[in-house]
Amino acid sequence: MTAPAVRLSGITKRFGPVTANDAVDLEVARGTIHGIIGENGAGKSTLVSILYGFYEADEGTIEIDGQAARIATSADAIERGIGMVHQHFMLVPVFSVLENVMLGAEGGFTLKAGRDETRAELARLAETYALEVPPDALVGDLPVGLQQRVEILKALRRGARILILDEPTGVLTPAETDRFFDILRGLRDRGVTVLLITHKLREIMAVCDTVSVMRQGRMVAHRGVAETSREELASLMVGREVRLEADRGTARPGAPTLEARGIGLSDARGVRVLEDVDLTLRAGEILGLAGVSGNGQSELLDILSGIRAPDTGTIRIAGREIDRTHPTDPAEMRRLGLAHVPEDRHRRGMVLPFEARENAVLGYHDGPAAGEGAFLSPAAMGQHCTGLMADFDVRPDNPRLRSAGFSGGNQQKLVMAREVAAAPKVLLVGQPTRGVDIGGIEYIHARLIALRDQGCAILVVSVELEEIMALSDRIAVINQGRITGEMAREGADIGEIGLMMAGVARRAPTAASATIPAGADRAAADGWVGGGGGGPVGAGGGSGGAGGGKSTGRQEGIEG
Amino acid sequence: MTRLPAWVEFGVIPAVNIALAFIVAGVVVAFIGEDPVAALTVMVQGAFVFEGALGYTLYYATNFIFTGLAVALAFQARLFNIGAEGQAMLGGIGAALLFLPLDAYLPGPLVALLAIAAAAAAGALWAAIPGWLQAYRGSHIVITTIMFNFIAAGLVVSLLSGPLIRAGQPSPETREMDPGARLAALHDIAAALGLEIADSPLSLAFPLALLAAFGVWLLVWRTRWGFALRALGQSQPAAVYAGIPAARMTVAVMALSGALAGLMAVNEVLGAQGRVVLGFTAGYGFTGIAVALMGRAHPVGVVLAALLFGALYQGGAELDFEFATITREMVLLIQGLIILFSGALSLMLVPLFARTLGRR
Repeated sequence: MTAPAVRLSGITKRFGPVTANDAVDLEVARGTIHGIIGENGAGKSTLVSILYGFYEADEGTIEIDGQAARIATSADAIERGIGMVHQHFMLVPVFSVLENVMLGAEGGFTLKAGRDETRAELARLAETYALEVPPDALVGDLPVGLQQRVEILKALRRGARILILDEPTGVLTPAETDRFFDILRGLRDRGVTVLLITHKLREIMAVCDTVSVMRQGRMVAHRGVAETSREELASLMVGREVRLEADRGTARPGAPTLEARGIGLSDARGVRVLEDVDLTLRAGEILGLAGVSGNGQSELLDILSGIRAPDTGTIRIAGREIDRTHPTDPAEMRRLGLAHVPEDRHRRGMVLPFEARENAVLGYHDGPAAGEGAFLSPAAMGQHCTGLMADFDVRPDNPRLRSAGFSGGNQQKLVMAREVAAAPKVLLVGQPTRGVDIGGIEYIHARLIALRDQGCAILVVSVELEEIMALSDRIAVINQGRITGEMAREGADIGEIGLMMAGVARRAPTAASATIPAGADRAAADGWVGGGGGGPVGAGGGSGGAGGGKSTGRQEGIEG
Repeated sequence: MTRLPAWVEFGVIPAVNIALAFIVAGVVVAFIGEDPVAALTVMVQGAFVFEGALGYTLYYATNFIFTGLAVALAFQARLFNIGAEGQAMLGGIGAALLFLPLDAYLPGPLVALLAIAAAAAAGALWAAIPGWLQAYRGSHIVITTIMFNFIAAGLVVSLLSGPLIRAGQPSPETREMDPGARLAALHDIAAALGLEIADSPLSLAFPLALLAAFGVWLLVWRTRWGFALRALGQSQPAAVYAGIPAARMTVAVMALSGALAGLMAVNEVLGAQGRVVLGFTAGYGFTGIAVALMGRAHPVGVVLAALLFGALYQGGAELDFEFATITREMVLLIQGLIILFSGALSLMLVPLFARTLGRR
């Protein structure tokens, strides 16, 4: 029995009064994929930050390969063969793959020697680990899946034998995720130890050998993945029984309340961001819009909510027709009965330095919620906010707390409570549960379905396919600004939706499995698909496979 | 970051910062061979104790309240209005354009009211142009407001040495306005009430400034418009999402900011001097930036900071007068140190306090 690759004993880390890690123990066997799962704020990131030398633990010991190690800086970590791939990539987009990989290890005053050495090293790594990346391509031109590969190569180039991956799949399509898991398995089979940090149960079940569950700074369980279940892990994470699937019941779709026809938009550089988008929202129905981040969903939400005017096309809502020459604004859209829970609650949904009660009336500050008379009434705002907090179980229920002081889930609940309280006829929801804990997800989903049953027309935009499947009555898929498919939830197939998300709009005759065979489709999975993909029956959208950089530059880049 | 209790953040830390500024200034005073304690005594007496000193202090403070409020209001919307100086100049011109043709025909109080409105309107117009350029043309407000100071200076020179000049004399200034249209000096009002206070240029403009401070507070923190303004200042994307017309708000906020700066002219033109003299703004507009920063862009803070700067101006003048070796420049140095410690270095002590208080 060899010593474990990583052994953490009694790791405790405090930030002021907060104990982020409380006597955490962890053992990771060499050559395994070990998952660490937990809700936001459970202490996962702190733990791996300690392992990677960003923080030093207040108490506890670290052993690497059976030897006690003091890891005070990331340089120490690298020296001991630990590598880390961050959630947000640390890449220079205008540098080539080669330059990114050699960054920080240039060697010598001139670049020639280091460059040649790195090139050789890249070739060796590509062979050993089946990690091929075009060394001279600009990183900014690469699709996200390949950018991630560059990150992994960077770590391996520095001699990493223990690889930490922090929420690595947030920016990937389902197909890219499966490819990525293949890579992880390949690394494991060649002796690399992988530590996968995630809050997605599906990923643990799909790729990990063993898993550790964290809750509120403590390690609550270690399991072999074969001996556990999604349900068990979920309740371990939350500390109580959780329903993973909301009970959708049956929708009774009514009349269209919002119709968008032929919506098109170009960005500042003239690139088409949206092209000929048709969507119909019906009373009492949830339409889910699936797609990888950065394929035009955000712009579409902006247009539908009145923040931006479309270049082409019209929107019809409550008897009003909106187009380029008859633009609207968010205030008017609210009067027309449209409410909007934006994708980015930090930037859009609330003003972070504001007190909760101020954010409780944001967008409705001209209405009675902010006070009856000419002046704002802090008391009325407080009362309104207390009502919202009670309705959506926002904690702590203190209307005077600055909004930045709430957890992500509670911020989201507050925003959603505000929009739902306006009793909208149409509700647009962008990423309803991004950064929200499992318990909060359960709650938000149930409320959205209840709102639907009251006759509200709801558009849910999410990059989480599971969420789309859990909530929607109808599903539309967007890729590169086009709707690549629309279908009823009943009978919808994840594999097919995944292909549509990657831009390959084809009606698979058989139940397409999520793993993708060789050839053009594989290129598609890698994200190398050229434009197109808009045709009803994908005429081999992947034929332009090696079609170079620009085509996929639209997929979300560094920001993740 | 640890958040400090309010009494530390808004009470102890500013006081310690000011004390530090005075200590460093004291070292400099000692270095040039004077007694720092004696100098400080003269300064405090010169600002508050000597006959008429308090009146002068408050008179200077009035200017700083107006320009400080102007900068603070714009800052609440995250607009850096560096142009209070020029807007105040234009305020003077606005008042002159009103009283020069009218004070012979209309009753004095009416002329005063109209001149106040004209000063505010001229300042508002002068600030609204950069505001419009920022909102609709993307020109950076800092650059344009700075540039507009220069344009204002040129404009004022040409007006005061041309069409508005007092006939028959060479200095660039207007004729005096009708005494009935001037704002009453507070010592005159006190005399009418049977109280005797020393003569000073302090006029009704001072209560007007306090009223403006209260008005700014009410507007920003207690109206829907102010809510929109603060939302815009803290997060433009959130404001746009909330349906707040960002561009229109930008122009309106700048106009109001300029109006406040323009009102500074009321203190000088309608109050102290009774005419428009070239250079009457004397840098008050620029110092208003420091006042607003030190006052944390809040009206209460602005009034307190304006009082401090008023005292520094007045006490500094006495210092200059009493000590041969302490010159006007020395006084500027002290002011600079105060700005340095309570503006630029205002957060310097926060970690120290956070640590000390956190241990408890």
